[in-house]
Amino acid sequence: MSTRIEVNGTWRDAQSDADTPLLYVLRDELALNGAKYGCGLGQCGACTVLVDDAAVFSCVTPLAMVAGRRITTLEGLGTLERPGRVQRAFIEEQAAQCGFCIPGMILRAEALLRASPHPGEAEIREALHPNLCRCGTHVRILRAVRKAAGT
Amino acid sequence: MTARRDFLKQSGALVVSFALAPAAAAQGAKEGGPKLPGSLAKDPFLDAWIRVEASGAITVFTGKAELGQGIRTAILQVAAEELDVPLAGIALVTADTARTPDEGFTAGSHSLQDSGTAIRNAAAQVRALLVAEAARRWRLAPATLRVEDGSVRATDGRSAAYGELAASLDLHVQAKADAPLKDASAFRVMDRPVPRVDIPAKVTGGLAYVHDLRLPGMLHARVVRPPGYGARLVSLDAGAAERRAGVVKVVRDGSFVAVVAQREWTAIRAMQDLARGARWSETPALPDARKVAALLDSLPSRDTVILERRGAQPNAARTLEATYTRPYLAHASIGPSCAVAHLEGDRLTVWSHTQGVYPDRKAIAEMLGMPAEKVRVIHLEGAGCYGHNGADDAAADAALVATHVPGRPVRVQWMREQEHAWEPYGPAMLVRVRASLDERGRIAAWDYGVWSNTHSTRPGGAGSLLAGRHGAKAFEPPPPRAIPQPEGGGDRNAIPLYALANARVTSHFLAPMPVRVSALRSLGAHMNVFAIESFMDELALAADADPVAFRLAHLEDPRARDVVRAAAERFGWRSAARGGTGIGQGFAFARYKNLAAYCAIACEVEVDLDTGQPRIGRVVAAVDSGQVVNPDGLRNQIEGAIVQSASWTLYERVAFDAKRIRSVDWQTYPILRFASVPRSVDVHVIDRPGMPFLGSGEAGQGPAAAAIANAIAHGGGRRRRDLPIARA
Repeated sequence: MSTRIEVNGTWRDAQSDADTPLLYVLRDELALNGAKYGCGLGQCGACTVLVDDAAVFSCVTPLAMVAGRRITTLEGLGTLERPGRVQRAFIEEQAAQCGFCIPGMILRAEALLRASPHPGEAEIREALHPNLCRCGTHVRILRAVRKAAGT
Repeated sequence: MTARRDFLKQSGALVVSFALAPAAAAQGAKEGGPKLPGSLAKDPFLDAWIRVEASGAITVFTGKAELGQGIRTAILQVAAEELDVPLAGIALVTADTARTPDEGFTAGSHSLQDSGTAIRNAAAQVRALLVAEAARRWRLAPATLRVEDGSVRATDGRSAAYGELAASLDLHVQAKADAPLKDASAFRVMDRPVPRVDIPAKVTGGLAYVHDLRLPGMLHARVVRPPGYGARLVSLDAGAAERRAGVVKVVRDGSFVAVVAQREWTAIRAMQDLARGARWSETPALPDARKVAALLDSLPSRDTVILERRGAQPNAARTLEATYTRPYLAHASIGPSCAVAHLEGDRLTVWSHTQGVYPDRKAIAEMLGMPAEKVRVIHLEGAGCYGHNGADDAAADAALVATHVPGRPVRVQWMREQEHAWEPYGPAMLVRVRASLDERGRIAAWDYGVWSNTHSTRPGGAGSLLAGRHGAKAFEPPPPRAIPQPEGGGDRNAIPLYALANARVTSHFLAPMPVRVSALRSLGAHMNVFAIESFMDELALAADADPVAFRLAHLEDPRARDVVRAAAERFGWRSAARGGTGIGQGFAFARYKNLAAYCAIACEVEVDLDTGQPRIGRVVAAVDSGQVVNPDGLRNQIEGAIVQSASWTLYERVAFDAKRIRSVDWQTYPILRFASVPRSVDVHVIDRPGMPFLGSGEAGQGPAAAAIANAIAHGGGRRRRDLPIARA
């Protein structure tokens, strides 16, 4: 039995069991690196992807729940040669140390900007609240999101 | 060493002549002329560090690893500068036992000092040899030639590319100790904010981490860890796991239990099956987590006086004393540890985010009873580690499991609760300090003691690895050792840099380790600087002196005085600022290890006068790390140190009961989130062109902790001497 999902603009028939968390479908079956395993508990945000336009924890979202939905991962926002606006802002602000949390931060910021194109500082901090960074890159992450928002 | 020589011979771009084995050569350098700079002292041949192919391809080799600190970019800058080639024209190979020099661990803020210095000197000498070769061919004086983008050019228009020159050149020659280096005024690449070369792949989903490695035919494994440190496996019902579709094998070796599956999610479900089917014997052996001082006082201590200064008999007017404590702290990497291992015939390859490929290889080889030269460990990045976390253990897990599925690569990733519960923590610490002020308000006497476990249980041998301990062979952990001064472990930065006429500092080394501990970024410096710099404020208050002026009055080192003044000035330090208003200012300073970078931090903290809860506002830091390689990279490191230290200092504590670790995820081990991030962090870099590199990756943790505590006390919160200070 397969589950049809749209990933980064392409329809895919995922073969994993319906109760498999989306994270493992993306990483293991579709070989996408962007979403990271951080906790498997929805506590850190490293696995964040977009379902339609909303940021979700892919580590606790079963495949069955996203059948027929539009999923966007880091890879769907741009490429090495043509990074998307949020990715570009993160590169320009050098907003990464180890970078492991950054894909989740970028997707979280993308969801925010789709919902609220010109967020203020408090709104940005609140939107990023579910996502943890351990290197202490927060100040640069905030700067990158402000830059992507043009605020 | 042998393996790398083999590799070099096989690829054969340069003529290799063996005059001396490296160890003998290094020995010769020690006995004869001046000591070679940086890691050249251990590996003196130029071609160990730099190779130039006939095609013109340039490869630089470092034994250090990218940990997210930006070392890849900084090393490339150093090499590009001295070789006079574009940065993009160099391939960099990092920590790999088959290819790079053995530079031990990537730790202690040593990478630029050790590897950067070696590569800078080697690059300058390779460039000089290439120029000399062109001069020989053209019968011109080397001084008349110039280098441009990897070609040597003569004034008459003749030019030769590096590759062409290298084809007839032997770089298997020993480095010289005193080769001329480029003057700082001529830099094009160093001392410039070069964008990090690793960031684009990380933000677009490229293969950036060992977690992303996918080898053909790769299997996925998960380990079932015991419920607590002393637990032993009594029985295992593996039926449910083995019946699960897609499960390849259940591995049991003593108390080491793992499952291998075709798919990652299958491995996780089977791991849960196994955990349900496992019965363990547990012994309650852990002390009371919340009573740090009592816990550490109960352990036998080996005392060393590390500073004894007896000046004129002080005329003490007032004496103060205080006790400071820190709980166990977790590295708590965002990405749980991961490794891939592949046994092919009698050769094992392990891809790991270890900080030390050579020591890890030795430990894994011992665990498996294999000769070390049959094991290759290759570094690939992981999530930031901040010291010795689960990386080496995950590598050992993968290695052990790989021996049960020969011919198939196998990937092991830890679960969140395994990373939190099994990593070796930063040790709990206790400081007792007493000092007297004379009538003029100067420090007349100082007596300081620090109690701590070791700050390194890195491999080591097989007993340093969880798989080595839990396996049937049950390797014993090696006895803990103190890291000696001047760098120190628990006593790192226990000696204040201040000019104190009468002072004693005692390091109380506690050998027994009820909780698994090892190196956490900055080792004892976080706690010692927190204690010293908090106490300096307590003394300043008693002396009715401004905290910054009080520090300057006891500080002679001119570079220390410069960072203190720069931080105070940039912050807009108000020496007459009234305390208790709910907004406090705090200051702190240290020179990391008293040997590396200087760092002073001023900050503003709002304190809720009802609840005592702090909120960090502006933070300003000044840092002197000698010759700067990448100013933006340096700022990124110091910013990170400040925010990370704020999290340690305000919120963090490993929790455990008598049997088990209880802080096993982000709910039970909360860390700083965006709401608590300082309003701004501004890092001012004092550049020292031409001076030696001073390690900076760990310079900010101690000063940040004390500056925050001092600002809280000044703002009207209580003086906080026991970490953590606040509630997350």
